[in-house]
Amino acid sequence: MANSNGNGKQLSPDGAMIRMRDIRKVYSTGRVDVEALRGLDLDIAANDYVAIVGPSGSGKSTLMNLVGCLDTPTSGEYILSGDRVAGLDRNRLAEIRNRHIGFVFQNFNLLPYASALANVELPLVFAGMPARQRRERASALLERVGLADRMEHKPGELSGGQMQRVAIARALVNRPAIVLADEPTGNLDSASGRAIVDLFAEIHAAGQTIIMISHDAAVARQASRVVHIRDGQIVPDGDQPMATAAA
Amino acid sequence: MRSIAAEIALVLKLFRHDAVRQRKRLALTVAAVAWGTLSIVMLLSFGEGLKRSITKGARGLGDGIGILWPGATTRAWQGLPSGRPIGLREDDGVLLRARIPELAEISAEYAKYDSVAVGQKRVNIRIRGVEPSFGDLRKLVPRPGGRFLNERDVAEKRRVVFLGEETAVDLFHDEDAALGRYVEIRQTPFLVIGVAQHKLQMGMYNGPDSKQATLPYSTFKSMFNATKPENFVYRAASLESGDQVKSEIYRVLGSARRFDPDDERALGVWDTRKMQRINAQLSLGIQIFLGVIGALTLLVGGMGVANVMFAVVKERTREIGVKMALGAKARQIMLPFVFEGLLITLLGGLLGTLLSLGLIAVLGALPLKGPAFEILGRPTFSPGVAFATALALGSIGMVAGLFPARRAAMVEPAVSLRYE
Repeated sequence: MANSNGNGKQLSPDGAMIRMRDIRKVYSTGRVDVEALRGLDLDIAANDYVAIVGPSGSGKSTLMNLVGCLDTPTSGEYILSGDRVAGLDRNRLAEIRNRHIGFVFQNFNLLPYASALANVELPLVFAGMPARQRRERASALLERVGLADRMEHKPGELSGGQMQRVAIARALVNRPAIVLADEPTGNLDSASGRAIVDLFAEIHAAGQTIIMISHDAAVARQASRVVHIRDGQIVPDGDQPMATAAA
Repeated sequence: MRSIAAEIALVLKLFRHDAVRQRKRLALTVAAVAWGTLSIVMLLSFGEGLKRSITKGARGLGDGIGILWPGATTRAWQGLPSGRPIGLREDDGVLLRARIPELAEISAEYAKYDSVAVGQKRVNIRIRGVEPSFGDLRKLVPRPGGRFLNERDVAEKRRVVFLGEETAVDLFHDEDAALGRYVEIRQTPFLVIGVAQHKLQMGMYNGPDSKQATLPYSTFKSMFNATKPENFVYRAASLESGDQVKSEIYRVLGSARRFDPDDERALGVWDTRKMQRINAQLSLGIQIFLGVIGALTLLVGGMGVANVMFAVVKERTREIGVKMALGAKARQIMLPFVFEGLLITLLGGLLGTLLSLGLIAVLGALPLKGPAFEILGRPTFSPGVAFATALALGSIGMVAGLFPARRAAMVEPAVSLRYE
């Protein structure tokens, strides 16, 4: 069982974990083509903590989908952990998502009928890990995010902050190269949001590469690097708006 | 490569994940398949029962027999005018038997309406005098303990009688009380040697067999001074030779009585094989009719199952997106749905079949009496129908679940995740 389950150890030749060149994404909606990304370049190094910010409609979510292999670019080159993603088949992409990427969504996306533990175990189920090992790993992670006493609770019995902790545990459980978080504090009150931001900082401190989309400047400030996106392109560092340039 | 066993274990695990919450819906879908199976199995079971009783009823008069009556000529022949009555004679039976080798059995039937009495009780019924072969020809089967007329009864002109079962009840209150007792016909005591078993009789001439008293023809002739048989009952050696026997009867009797053998009205012949054929077609028609209704019911049931499966997958498109984001492959998404379809089929089909078996058993045990129920018959279970029904419903459900699941699993996960 060849498992290239890297802990951010596999890099492209120049050391970047993610390397995107001239990425375009065009959505065809009937007669009108919408160009969401227009020739975007992006490099993200291992152990980086990158915040992606930009107004709505700027292409943030499209970029996240492409980075997470949830969607494929119309053209351009994407190298993830040394693998060229373009042209891979659906099963291979599923494997990449399973082993290299952990997702944290704004609306949690937990399975409502499964316990916190079962939710965290799910990526390991798809990876084909034996039950005992799954259980050990998942419960260790739930302990790490402070939910040792909530393992058998269903999502409906948890607060928003707790649900997002379950989602973070789920994102980390298969030891991914990158954690992708899409507005992780968007549905939380400010106290819970702060706690989640702290948790991300902690995870990053432990060596995890994190890419996070956020509207919230305070959240973005936690990141070690802020990438601005506007009209489907990265805004060069010298040309960034004041609000975040102060960070 | 993971082994197939591990893959199956994984699918089961995924399915269990999904099924726990879905208990209510699963139960409803299983109930839909069970109900569909039950409806169709019952429908076709009734069809089968009906077919059997129609076949039985058509043979109640006798299997492949013909009945021969006197007639009158409609054509002049050999100098004789038309409109000349052609009667039957006792020795016609001997003549026909000698001349037509394909004629397997023939019996004369003499008859008269008269009273049969036991003490003060008296019924006025058709009394007939026949030959021993009549019992076999006309399906007059004695109840246990009794017998039909035999050659010695005829030879010795015995005063014995075979009673229709309704007449036996009218005279003795009970079919079995009549055996060995005496009834009076024209002030003469007759020993009851047999009572007819009840039979479903859909064709008849001169009333049902259940209300007749049957004597040896020799006894009958001397009691009633009868000289001419009312009719003959015969059977050809095979169903195929029936037409030939019929035309031979016209030829033989035509030359004996001098009438045109092509003159159909000179003698009355009722060939019951025609009735049997019509009945066979009728019951085939009924079965086709029920089959069409069954197929339509199946379609409705199938659409119900398809609808449920389709709604389920739609409702869970987002969830499918989440699972794909977490690394589920297309087959890991689809197999649980397929498995669910199989499980629903299996459980629903089994449940429906068991319920229909139970219902058929209950209907079989109910004391339903009367001619309507007799013709309706007892529903008769057919395992093939149950199997085919459950299979059809299950495949519809499975396909209905598989296609939306496949579609959801084949789009980019980003699209499924956006689905609301």
